[in-house]
Amino acid sequence: MSESQQFPGAPIDLDKGVVTVSPATATSSTAAPACATDGIRISGLRLKIGTAQILDGVDLVAPAGQVTGVAGESGSGKTMTGMTILGLQPPTAQVSGSIRYDDRELVGLRERELNKLRGKHIAAIFQDPTASLHPMLSIGTQLTDHVRHHLKLSRREARERATELLEKVRVPEPRAALGKYPHQFSGGQLQRVAIASALACDPRMLIADEPTTALDVTVQAGILRLLRGLCDDLGIGIILVTHDLAVMSSLADTIAVMRHGKVVEFGSRYDVIRTPQHPYTRSLIDSLPDHQGVR
Amino acid sequence: MTAAAGGPDAADLLTVAGAVVSYRRPGASALRAVDGVDLRLAPGETVGLVGESGCGKSTLARAICGLEPLTAGEIQFRGTPVRPLGLRRRPAALQRIQMVFQNPYASLNPRRTIRAQIELAREIHPSTAPDVAELLAMVELPADVATRYPHEFSGGQRQRIAIARAVAAGPDVLIGDEPIASLDASLQAKIATLMKDVAARAGASLLFISHDLAVVRLIADRVVVMRAGKVVEAGPTGQIWSNPQAPYTRRLLAAIPKADGLGTLPEVLELED
Repeated sequence: MSESQQFPGAPIDLDKGVVTVSPATATSSTAAPACATDGIRISGLRLKIGTAQILDGVDLVAPAGQVTGVAGESGSGKTMTGMTILGLQPPTAQVSGSIRYDDRELVGLRERELNKLRGKHIAAIFQDPTASLHPMLSIGTQLTDHVRHHLKLSRREARERATELLEKVRVPEPRAALGKYPHQFSGGQLQRVAIASALACDPRMLIADEPTTALDVTVQAGILRLLRGLCDDLGIGIILVTHDLAVMSSLADTIAVMRHGKVVEFGSRYDVIRTPQHPYTRSLIDSLPDHQGVR
Repeated sequence: MTAAAGGPDAADLLTVAGAVVSYRRPGASALRAVDGVDLRLAPGETVGLVGESGCGKSTLARAICGLEPLTAGEIQFRGTPVRPLGLRRRPAALQRIQMVFQNPYASLNPRRTIRAQIELAREIHPSTAPDVAELLAMVELPADVATRYPHEFSGGQRQRIAIARAVAAGPDVLIGDEPIASLDASLQAKIATLMKDVAARAGASLLFISHDLAVVRLIADRVVVMRAGKVVEAGPTGQIWSNPQAPYTRRLLAAIPKADGLGTLPEVLELED
């Protein structure tokens, strides 16, 4: 393969050369916990772009009311997994396998059907809120547009709801905030607005892809607490995608570690962080600056 | 705050005294990004400069390199005042200050081989620079990397190359401006430690700028905490960690998530001001 053809997510990386164990030897159980109603269940998900196998048989269970963490380094396929749940994989990608949401199969679902689920049942927030919110639409518009579409509310009802949502995510002066534009907020406030927008239609699942990576630690702490509250109080299932194991340890209930498009380890937060079974997971934990303090 | 300087006072390599950098803003009052900072760097020392977005830490680093003119105050390197970089070449004395930037995708020249970029830096080494293969070995890269181009490498590898290039110039002061922020978490501690080791082997002091306190703790001898352009606290790393004085430092430390597997959410302490 010539260098120019190389898929950006799979760079030649000498830094990762230490792990030689085949990812196929997945340790711990990737099998589903017994009670997994109302959530997302992914099995054997494969995704190919051209000749590059991006996802190579992903198995994951993300129940409602829990935070399911997906960890891994750049190019491991963790973001692509989240995007495929939403049907937002690149148009040239070939997808096979299964993503079940309750009793519905999402793989191969028609765009029209997906649009009924996206935003209403499954919502998402991304790393950079300045990129995920429209710069030229007011916060009010971005918090009411999809609500009016999905929930068939009137303009006034939708605005009322938007105000409540901004209160819930603790954006100061919610009513005034509706008239503002994204550039008038700080990164942390904007991520709260993005979360409010994602919550607007009462979704049951939230895909949070690196939600705090671009934020300062103190702001990150606030957002992590907010997400935990949403999960505990509203029973929303969160799929947390992040490369930061410290963030993972704070928020996730179960953790799936991905590498080369596969889940190599899946288990409870405590087990994965404290007693990692797979050598790759262990190498990730060992690379943390404070891992000595944990042992 | 003069108490912030702290640390060894004899034979400082770099001294920053009352540095102010302000930007004019149309239709608004001037923004003082750096607002009267004192800082000293002794030979061979590693100082961590921490703070949140917009606290002025990067602006200060750029001022030390001469990339940002000072509005007031002075920066001296070995007794030579650092003047803002103009169109002319930097004075030879100031070339002993080298910087590694946050984004290795932008700081390496995409059209030149790794060898060409490192050779350029070797030319300004005051005595004999280690050869390219040795420099690459220092950052744990094989010698055949030299014939290749930046796009062939991952972010972590590019940052290693950027470090090798900075060291090739024989620096006395190496500045890392968020050099690990754009890397995978699993690489951050490794690259930071590598940078400290490489600086130590080259006999350079390291000013390591980061918002990641956990990594700074790992490598820094002293820590300087900045907020809104000012130094709020400075001291030996252990002391800052075990006994932070400023409420702002306490707030920063409380907010660090811990990978303890216990699901402990980081604290958000309120500040009084």
